[in-house]
Amino acid sequence: MTARLRWRKFVSGFMLTMTGVCAVVAVVVLFFILGYLVYHGSTSISWNFFTKLPAPLGETGGGMANAIVGSGKLLLLAALVGVPVGFLGAIYLAEFSGSTVAFIVRYAADLLNGVPSIVIGIFAYILAVLPFKHFSTTAGGLALGLMMIPITLRSTEEFLRAVPRNLREGAMALGASKAKTIATVIVPAAYRGILTAVLLAFARVAGETAPLLFTALGNRYWSPGWNQPTSSLPVMIYNYALSPYEDWHRQAWAAGLVLLGLILVINILARAILARGVSVPRS
Amino acid sequence: MATTTTTVHGAGPFVGSRSFMRRLREGDEIVRLITFLFAAFVVLVTLLLVFELWVGSTLPRHKFGFHFFVTSVWDPISDQFGALPFIYGTVVTASISLILAVPLGIGAAIFLAELAPARVSDVLQFFIDLLAAVPSVIYGVLGVFIVIPLMREYIQPALKSSLGFLPLFQGPAYGVGFFTAGVVLAIMVIPYIISVSREVLLSVPRDQREAALALGATRWESTWKVVVPFARTGIMGSIFLALARALGETMAVTMVIGNTPTISASLFSPGYSIAAVIANEFTEATGDIYLQSLIELGLVLFLLTFILNGLARLLIVATSQRGSGMGQA
Repeated sequence: MTARLRWRKFVSGFMLTMTGVCAVVAVVVLFFILGYLVYHGSTSISWNFFTKLPAPLGETGGGMANAIVGSGKLLLLAALVGVPVGFLGAIYLAEFSGSTVAFIVRYAADLLNGVPSIVIGIFAYILAVLPFKHFSTTAGGLALGLMMIPITLRSTEEFLRAVPRNLREGAMALGASKAKTIATVIVPAAYRGILTAVLLAFARVAGETAPLLFTALGNRYWSPGWNQPTSSLPVMIYNYALSPYEDWHRQAWAAGLVLLGLILVINILARAILARGVSVPRS
Repeated sequence: MATTTTTVHGAGPFVGSRSFMRRLREGDEIVRLITFLFAAFVVLVTLLLVFELWVGSTLPRHKFGFHFFVTSVWDPISDQFGALPFIYGTVVTASISLILAVPLGIGAAIFLAELAPARVSDVLQFFIDLLAAVPSVIYGVLGVFIVIPLMREYIQPALKSSLGFLPLFQGPAYGVGFFTAGVVLAIMVIPYIISVSREVLLSVPRDQREAALALGATRWESTWKVVVPFARTGIMGSIFLALARALGETMAVTMVIGNTPTISASLFSPGYSIAAVIANEFTEATGDIYLQSLIELGLVLFLLTFILNGLARLLIVATSQRGSGMGQA
């Protein structure tokens, strides 16, 4: 083996090892994040965290019950906006539209998907806060819903398109109308994929903070109905982490652990649904 | 299935294309119309977004014009608004994040696509996907409580003593500032670079690698001189995608950048970014021109990410088509 070849082999081995190091570093970050959150969060989580309102300024203790309920309400609204639009729009793209319309809709969805979440917040503010002159749960839900639309739409469309052609043809050959075919053959065949798409979109917006800052704002008390500012977990984490109080920092860690736990569980669940008994070969 | 609709098409044999009336009766046209409305809604919302941002920023656009981007006075009391420090902060933090994230991300993508066995690669990719799902406010919390103290106590003093002759690494180490924000952003965008680059690398045809190896190239030479150049445009796409994310990222940056409008050669200096100023000042903005100036900043962010995302998609699609003839990226 010549010196030159030895050198080349050394470079090859060295660089390939370095790529492995890069991959390990990237993955280790995840475990660092999880580790720190569990370490700091678990000591601060208590029953009170889930059942009590935030304590008045200066007192320790209290919880984030209102933020948990607030987040739930915001996400419910988001799903009411995002899922129907994304799902039905995807059916149009996959089953009815010509290529030009499909291109325009997809382009708009991708554009919307790329918009920074803070800009979505401004948009929701202009649409749902400015005309009514007050911050509200509805405005926050709208902002999150707008973010869910493109994610749901694009992946649902892909899963619908992945349904084999012969299933459609079989239904048509039996005399089913197109509407019937979609409802009884295509959507059921793709339901695991669609469920995954919706869950991932849901997980994505569950942790969004920026669009809520000036739509749902925040609230230290319960927020009855849908027309008042509401507290939410991400915004609480933000405010508490930047506060000067030790006790609030503890609660920010606890809330972070709860939020990240929820998001990771939804993510893992979504992928498990897709992986187990895939009803349609993945595209 | 046919039995439930016998009343509709019991008569006569099936003919190739159904008449409009029949499609209407069977519900096809109704479903088509309803789903079309929802698809159209997506386009409408997007157009409305652009329209509202444009109209919402009329006052400062007329009053300041181009000066908005090149002056650095941000004074709500005398209604003078110049966005230069915010633009500077956004550009600097995004640049730092790319300098750190691109080598690491591409290295990891090469490992996942070229070296790791499929099983290992899939498991690692699963973790990377989870990493991408971590909300930005969580990165912010870790930034505040972990990264900032680390920076202040260890990393920034070390950088100052080793590279302190450069103006970039001079000045007091506050912990908060451009550098810290850039590092946190880098951690946030790495998963995007890895996922997209891995996908692009995997779409490079096998015979490219085999040809290089058959000519006597080492494994690394085949990867670095054949596979990576083949996937170059797609990898560029992943970088643009990451850049778009980094520019628009709000929470984590707001929490660690220091929120002081400064333009300074020192990376350790506290700064401000476009997204951060919107997040901090939007609810307090009194007066039309103040609020509209913030909306104009939103418009700037929108346009930047719009251009970058468009370029990214173009590049990624171009590579995958070259690779395997499938258009999905």
